[in-house]
Amino acid sequence: MPEKYHIKTQPVPPRRPRIGKHGVVEWREDCARCHNCVKKACVYDRYKQEADYIRNLSDVDALFFECMGCFSCVQDCTKGILCLSINPAYEKLGNHYWKPDIIKTTWLQAETAKIPVSGAGYRGPFSGLGFDSMWTDMSEIVRPTRDGIHGREYISTSVDIGRKPPFLALNGDQAVAKLPPLVSIPMPLIIDLSSPTHTLPQLDAIIEQTAADTGLIAIMDSRYRPVDDANLEHIAFYLGSDSPPVPKAALRKTRLVEVADSPAVMERIKEIKSIHPEIVVSIRVELTAAGIGRAIELAGLEAVEVVHVVADSKGNELTAQKPRFVKDMIRQIHTALIEKGIRDEITLMAGGGIALPEHVAKAIICGADLVTINLPLLIALECHLCDNCQPGMPCPARLEKIDFKYGVGRMTNLIAAWHDQLIEVMGAMGMREVRRLRGDVGRAMFFENLEEETFGKLFGFRKEGL
Amino acid sequence: MNTLPENTLKTRVPQEEVERVVKPAPSRYRNEIAKYIVHRSLDCQRCGKCVEVCSHEVHVRKPGFEYFGEPNHHLCIGPACAKNGHYCVTHCPQGALQIRENPMFKALGDFRWPADLILATWKMAETGDLPSEAYDYNYECGNSGGGFDRLRFKFPDRPPVKLTEDQIDTSISLNKRADGRPKIKIDVPWYGGGMSFGSVSNVTQLSKARAAVAWNTFTCTGEGGYMERMRPYDDHMITQVATGLFGVREETIQRVPIVEFKYAQGAKPGLGGHLLGDKNTPAVAKMRETVLGISLFSPFPFHSVYSIEDHMKHIDWVKHVNRRALISTKVSTPTDVDMVAVGSYSAGTHIVHIDGGYGGTGAAPDIAKKNIAMPIEYAIGKVHNFLTDEGVRDKVTLIASGGIRSAHDIAKAIALGADGVVIGTAELVALGCVRCSLCASGRGCPRGIATTDPELCGKMDLDWGTQRLINLYSAWRKVLVGILQRLGLRSVSELRGRTDLLMHLDYTNEGAS
Repeated sequence: MPEKYHIKTQPVPPRRPRIGKHGVVEWREDCARCHNCVKKACVYDRYKQEADYIRNLSDVDALFFECMGCFSCVQDCTKGILCLSINPAYEKLGNHYWKPDIIKTTWLQAETAKIPVSGAGYRGPFSGLGFDSMWTDMSEIVRPTRDGIHGREYISTSVDIGRKPPFLALNGDQAVAKLPPLVSIPMPLIIDLSSPTHTLPQLDAIIEQTAADTGLIAIMDSRYRPVDDANLEHIAFYLGSDSPPVPKAALRKTRLVEVADSPAVMERIKEIKSIHPEIVVSIRVELTAAGIGRAIELAGLEAVEVVHVVADSKGNELTAQKPRFVKDMIRQIHTALIEKGIRDEITLMAGGGIALPEHVAKAIICGADLVTINLPLLIALECHLCDNCQPGMPCPARLEKIDFKYGVGRMTNLIAAWHDQLIEVMGAMGMREVRRLRGDVGRAMFFENLEEETFGKLFGFRKEGL
Repeated sequence: MNTLPENTLKTRVPQEEVERVVKPAPSRYRNEIAKYIVHRSLDCQRCGKCVEVCSHEVHVRKPGFEYFGEPNHHLCIGPACAKNGHYCVTHCPQGALQIRENPMFKALGDFRWPADLILATWKMAETGDLPSEAYDYNYECGNSGGGFDRLRFKFPDRPPVKLTEDQIDTSISLNKRADGRPKIKIDVPWYGGGMSFGSVSNVTQLSKARAAVAWNTFTCTGEGGYMERMRPYDDHMITQVATGLFGVREETIQRVPIVEFKYAQGAKPGLGGHLLGDKNTPAVAKMRETVLGISLFSPFPFHSVYSIEDHMKHIDWVKHVNRRALISTKVSTPTDVDMVAVGSYSAGTHIVHIDGGYGGTGAAPDIAKKNIAMPIEYAIGKVHNFLTDEGVRDKVTLIASGGIRSAHDIAKAIALGADGVVIGTAELVALGCVRCSLCASGRGCPRGIATTDPELCGKMDLDWGTQRLINLYSAWRKVLVGILQRLGLRSVSELRGRTDLLMHLDYTNEGAS
């Protein structure tokens, strides 16, 4: 058995004050100075911590937002003058897709590298759009689950990237044809290009080191030069239509390269392969209206090894009025490739809208071999996704001031927490290999199907527009 | 008593009675959370008109005092009062009064348990009755946008049969097999879910047990062992045999009328149990026979069960150890939950207990809560129909849980096909839970419910806890009887599987496909 994949982590506390959900406990007039709230009601000792915090305050806008929202002080206050409300700064985090709770849980995982655990059951809506309209299955009695998270059973999360021949041609014990190159990574996750709006002085170097520490691969602009050449095997250069070429010596040390889709893409692949025959080439296809068709078309070509489809950061089809969601687009491509009988030969990477670890499992169930992310890693650095990243605008997370060790630590922690959670859901599904999860929709339940089977039979048709 | 098998008799201790009486059990906190806030400005001339007009005792002026005390905000019904002519705001000659929605209301609750439902549950636990209509609380369902929250009963304009409250039977039978084991009946179609000592406090567990005695129903020990203090309530206890086998001995199995095999739980389907190290206090470690302070995992799955036949061996073992026990099998809701239920029936279980993904009280990974296994609303019908098709529906009791928050949820679950339900979170809310989700952190629950920390446990006393639950059950039974009355049904078992009485707000409700 290969050595178990394990990411070394250690807690990396935030640089900025935490932004809690319940932040503002408001003092009104008439306080009796009885100190019930301070001394008795708050079991977390937050009042004292707040006083200490304010005493040592160095930043003007940094308020103390660590109230846990248990209402004990509010209900125990002698005069009934305390009031708890949702912290407006919390509500402002992110956007309608990257909701405040996603940002908060990402911060927590980047800090602790632990799986977020809470009590009192589920609190959210019944179902939702996108990835929230499906549930992963679990096993019961006759199909045992796997105990991966506590280490008693080995659950493999490694995937192979590249073209896989449908069968082996053998002559005696010898393979007749040469096997195409494959890149193995220990987790079905690739770090995607950073968005051009988020250019930070050290970001690429931090991502490079994170990829190396976690054994993953990061897609980097072809202009990027690694801090350490030994990390080149964890870098996949991206060659856009106008990107300058990568120096041959550097390219030869990498395992994967990504090229933008274009009419001349096949020549481009040939050119790269002539420099480095053992490299695996991925073609980046944007999920516009033509994207799905193009991805399917490319997958049918013999020289194509990997197709990387990318939706926008919210998982939506690009430039469409009524955009489809990335999970449905992945399913469509996956199904079409099965119908053509070529699914197993090609590697399908999918990106855009992957915000939580369950999205990794769900995207794979829908048919991707692996997923690509970038925003979660940025959020790990305490980014608020305020979209204010323009020169001259202040960054609430002071991202321009991050130090290297902090950045690598936070990103590594996040990836480790995601890996553990992937193992959790796979364990519950009774899966031992993430490769077997690909396209296994039998291990998932979809909202539309369950509704139809349960309520459709009883109550007629679902109203339009819901 | 003499009919009990010998091995059970050995474990008998005198059983304690708890009276089924509703008594007021007001909040144990000084300030109640109010929906509206009354503000009195400095223009007030203390004429006392407000005290005079208010029919809800919001305004307080103690005899002999010139100034008003802090208003009882939580009793105010808000601007709706304008309709009944008692609106202090319009009556105040100085215009000194203002009533507005409490901004704090937004911070309380969530999609599944909106603030309204929490406050209404508190009121029911306080009074044993429905909250006054004037408060306009929605205590029927939550705001999650699907499942129970979009299902409604199709009440006829006039009940088809006129029934008085005492003509309506809310009891259900838990043993539908003709196997010579006791025909246990419970007076209400619900019982308490398993919460282990360790996850919740002694007082919480005992309150649940005593309420179960009062209402002739059951509660469950959960996985953390069987406390000696629970023994006076043995006849209303279910003991759990889960994968960790913490505190399970033959002797503890012999104490109870129902033994539950826990394969999975809705809060973390497929993931086993998990008690965080901080909550493994000396008392818990002793009870569970483990090392102090380490995290305790119940593995998943039972490593001795990989087939229905293995499951049957387990059941046979318990049936042999306890000759009078009924067997309950608690499973989660995978896509093949119907097959599991039928398999479990054929292995000899009396109760199939399906626990949907949206419930649970204890610590669970967030990723498991909304993503693994299907919500209970889908699973009930699936299992009920499959058991019916297989011709065994009337030989097994189907119990549903995982997101049952109110009496309306119970009625809806039964109409979808369950015989009864198991409740958990609702009981904790009745005891003062605000659903802050911090059950798992540090010393545990800041409200003193789900904790074993001695100081925090001291926040609640046993009589109060018992009374709150007795009151909640009483109010729920009233709601349930009201529903049956309006539908003209004589018993709750007549409601089972009556999907024709339901409608779904998101559907056309005609021409079922």
